[in-house]
Amino acid sequence: MAGRRKWISLAVLSALIVLLPLVFPSGYYYRVGALVFVNALSVVGLVILIGYAGQISLGHAGFAGIGAYACALAPEHLGLHPLLALVLGAAISAAMAALIGRPILRLKGYYLAVATLGFGILVSMVLTNERALTGGPDGMVVSDPGLRSLLRDMGWRVSGGEFWYGASGFVLLVGAWLALNLYDSPTGRAMRALHGSEVAAATVGIDVPRQKLRAFVISAVYASVAGSLLALQNGYITPDVAGFMHSVEMVTMAVLGGVGSVLGATFGAAILTLLPQVLTVFAEYEQLVLGLVMVLVMIFMPQGLLPSIAQRLKGRNK
Amino acid sequence: MDALLQFLFSGLTVGAVYALVALGFTLIYNASDVVNFAQGEFVMLGGMITVFAYQAGVPLLLAATLAILITAALGVALNKLAIEPARGAPVVSLIIITIGASILIRGATQLIFDKQLHRFPAFSGDDPIRVMGATILPQSLWVLGGALAVFAVLWVFFSRTLTGKAVLATANNRVAAQLVGINTGWIMTLSFGLSAAIGAFAGVLVTPITLVSYDVGVTLALKGFAAAMLGGMGTPKGALVGGLLLGCLEALTAGYLSSQYKEAVAFIVILGTLFVMPQGLFGAKTTERV
Repeated sequence: MAGRRKWISLAVLSALIVLLPLVFPSGYYYRVGALVFVNALSVVGLVILIGYAGQISLGHAGFAGIGAYACALAPEHLGLHPLLALVLGAAISAAMAALIGRPILRLKGYYLAVATLGFGILVSMVLTNERALTGGPDGMVVSDPGLRSLLRDMGWRVSGGEFWYGASGFVLLVGAWLALNLYDSPTGRAMRALHGSEVAAATVGIDVPRQKLRAFVISAVYASVAGSLLALQNGYITPDVAGFMHSVEMVTMAVLGGVGSVLGATFGAAILTLLPQVLTVFAEYEQLVLGLVMVLVMIFMPQGLLPSIAQRLKGRNK
Repeated sequence: MDALLQFLFSGLTVGAVYALVALGFTLIYNASDVVNFAQGEFVMLGGMITVFAYQAGVPLLLAATLAILITAALGVALNKLAIEPARGAPVVSLIIITIGASILIRGATQLIFDKQLHRFPAFSGDDPIRVMGATILPQSLWVLGGALAVFAVLWVFFSRTLTGKAVLATANNRVAAQLVGINTGWIMTLSFGLSAAIGAFAGVLVTPITLVSYDVGVTLALKGFAAAMLGGMGTPKGALVGGLLLGCLEALTAGYLSSQYKEAVAFIVILGTLFVMPQGLFGAKTTERV
């Protein structure tokens, strides 16, 4: 049963990634799609943290910032290949998460939210203020990883949009696969157990702080890789990627779609990424609509859009 | 020495505003266990509505009163429309609701008014007063005096009136309060209204010094939260001390260390407080119940 659920999720996700381009009216939509996948990737990380382990973070944009700036800075200053820089960023994020996670994860609820928020904002402040290194609020250029020209040499001509659509879609699939595998693994079960009750989980021998920390570190790596991909596909990066609003968006995407499931996360990411694209004509109303959506969904569909809709389809209205 | 005094003056002024925001957090947190991330928007609304009413020809005092009343009504509406329907929702949902509400208020303000920086004249002119080699704006005295007055009035309210004691009882144990006949729903409405009014009052006081625009709320909310945390969530005394302390720390950091990282102080304070003494300076120690 559990295994079937995993394969259904993966099949739906890959079908969407492969089939969607058939209905794209223009090349621009590849860009939007790539953005959706990148956002979904970091949100899948939050599904592990919030949905599995029941912890919250309002600072994960900080890790996205670390990943993004690793890809911007390491090739320039250390001469690393951008893809190695992505790995380096993920390693730094994991180390950071492990370092601050210990003391922070002792906290609960609002305190945890605010502590992580503090971490995220500190990261974005460093990125904004260290102008000499990061270019300050104006951001900096990220060099091209040269993967597309590699494909071209192999005789495969793709546009930038198409390439990053495929690449981010692929990484999202891998990320979703890992997250789904984790769900039924001993670690995943331990995480879900402590979500239910920390005291009960501890009683049956689960090392609660250790499992919380694992979830935190894993989700930090997801955010970091997503940040790196964002930097690489945009070709430039600003400190906004680490900003408070980005953290809020990430958590909102996760909870909006249905924080328990990987598919829900992707759905939430898609909606919140597409919302501003749809509203470009009404740019002035963007904040108004975003705020309204957040409040209304949380009040009327507290479990998130996808689970609520699924429940309604099954006719199990409670 | 002069410089130190100068920094402390400006620190106390900003700190008084943080204290009022922290007080607003505290009131709502006590009544409903909700941390209201839209608290900063109340301050912004207080400033913005006063500005536009004043520009429309309404006398300043009336404009300010109007702003406080409208904001209080919005606070009540926030409770009725968004918090009460989500009763019992997990913390994550409540966080998203109040952050959503703050984004909504910001979006609406920017549509109804504009995106510019605004101010209205200070209550008693802009000529700085010299005190032992440092200077202080008359408006700063208004801010400090106003904050202290609010805290004094609230102290009397909590310790001398039946309604005030009902609020305290609700904060202590909602079910028990209900059992002795306290209308806890009404206490929540009252707390949101009061909290919004206090926020708007802070906005009115500080706008002549710091100016106001539609987006000043977020930072204020976060700083106010840091102050509340530093003092200990849930105690008005903690809000006052935490606010003033945070303001002074910021001013001293800006003066002696780096003005760029002045903003970081609040968050270092949050993290430091949480690591070292999670219950804050005056907060009560709690244990988890199974």
